[in-house]
Amino acid sequence: MFSSLKSVIAKIGHNFIEGVWHLGAGGRLFFYILVYLGESIRRPSLIVREIYATGVLSLLIILVSAFFVGMVLGLQGYNTLQKYGSSEAIGVLVALSLVRELGPVVTALLFAGRAGTAITAEIGLMRATEQLSAMEMMAVSPVGRVLAPRFLAGVISMPILAALFSMIGVLGGYFVAVPLIGVDSGAFWSQMQASVDFREDIVNGVIKSVVFGIVCTMIALFEGYDAPPTAEGVSRATTRTVVYSSLAVLGLDFILTAFMIKV
Amino acid sequence: MERTTIDLWVGFFVALGVAAILGLALKVGNLTSSNIGETYTVTAGFENIGGLKPRAPVKSAGVVIGRVDGIRFDAETYEAQVTLKLDKRYAFPKDTFANIYTAGLLGEQYVGLEAGGDEVNLKEGDKITHTQDAVVLEKMISQFLYNKASENKSDNKAAE
Repeated sequence: MFSSLKSVIAKIGHNFIEGVWHLGAGGRLFFYILVYLGESIRRPSLIVREIYATGVLSLLIILVSAFFVGMVLGLQGYNTLQKYGSSEAIGVLVALSLVRELGPVVTALLFAGRAGTAITAEIGLMRATEQLSAMEMMAVSPVGRVLAPRFLAGVISMPILAALFSMIGVLGGYFVAVPLIGVDSGAFWSQMQASVDFREDIVNGVIKSVVFGIVCTMIALFEGYDAPPTAEGVSRATTRTVVYSSLAVLGLDFILTAFMIKV
Repeated sequence: MERTTIDLWVGFFVALGVAAILGLALKVGNLTSSNIGETYTVTAGFENIGGLKPRAPVKSAGVVIGRVDGIRFDAETYEAQVTLKLDKRYAFPKDTFANIYTAGLLGEQYVGLEAGGDEVNLKEGDKITHTQDAVVLEKMISQFLYNKASENKSDNKAAE
């Protein structure tokens, strides 16, 4: 009885210490990457290659899901708004929900699934096959050569993808509202322009997506770098990337929104 | 993959992103419509501005000709001082009427200007003296009920 209680408390303590250790190791890695950022900027070809892998290759899934999200918003919004006789406000609804929330958040979730997992698996496998150690042997810093360019590429790609998501989503909403349902095209755009503010809505959306870009890429990099060098270790690290990224994005989204919206 | 192909794709990607942000700013946001050009400022005092907010449109004959720049409380007259920025292209007579209207039943409130007949036009820093306050729904309902009640009273008297 007493010993089982002791082991339960010991397990809690162990998990807590483990969690703090990971947080500290993640923070240290983040600091290292920031230190090596300047060095990696001087080799833009590496960054361009990584932007291709994280950004350009994510384009298709982002654009297709954006169009469908926009269309669903249009349909659902119309369904409710027409009960109040204000179906022209559908443009406002689609644009505000995309620019403020769905654009940055859904892009970050898709990014974690599409690009984050790829980063984690790649770096985890590099560690498992001792490529990172080989670099260290040749006096090449793996943080500067492998991690920093990927970090920069993720931070650059995310706002671009989120902006594209919002734009394509608005077009998807337009496609449902105007040609399919028959809302007036002029009212759709003019009501949208009257209530979407550049500074308050669009710039805040971009700020959110930059923060999500930093967090998602950082989690993916750390999980890959920290993964045990086994097949199982890499697979678990990949799963953790998706879970932690999603939780971090949704939690941070609430905090950022609370700061941005003046109540 | 070939280095130049990657460069090309990334260039295309970044250009697309810039285009999307520009598109959001111009087509979705109000970066163009808020640009009225050169303006002059006049003030107007209201006893009650209702739900008027800064940046609300100023309209005349339904056309947007300016924006509400600021709202502050005047402790001497106990009035709300509303600063209006009007487009320089449009001059209004000195005895112009400023009303606070509501767009639709529950829509946002805006300032409506009705031109008067004075020969002298409003200048920078002038004050519009003829104003009409926002309609407060509760006031209107209580007035309506009061009228109804007094109507009933007079009806009863007539019946007696």
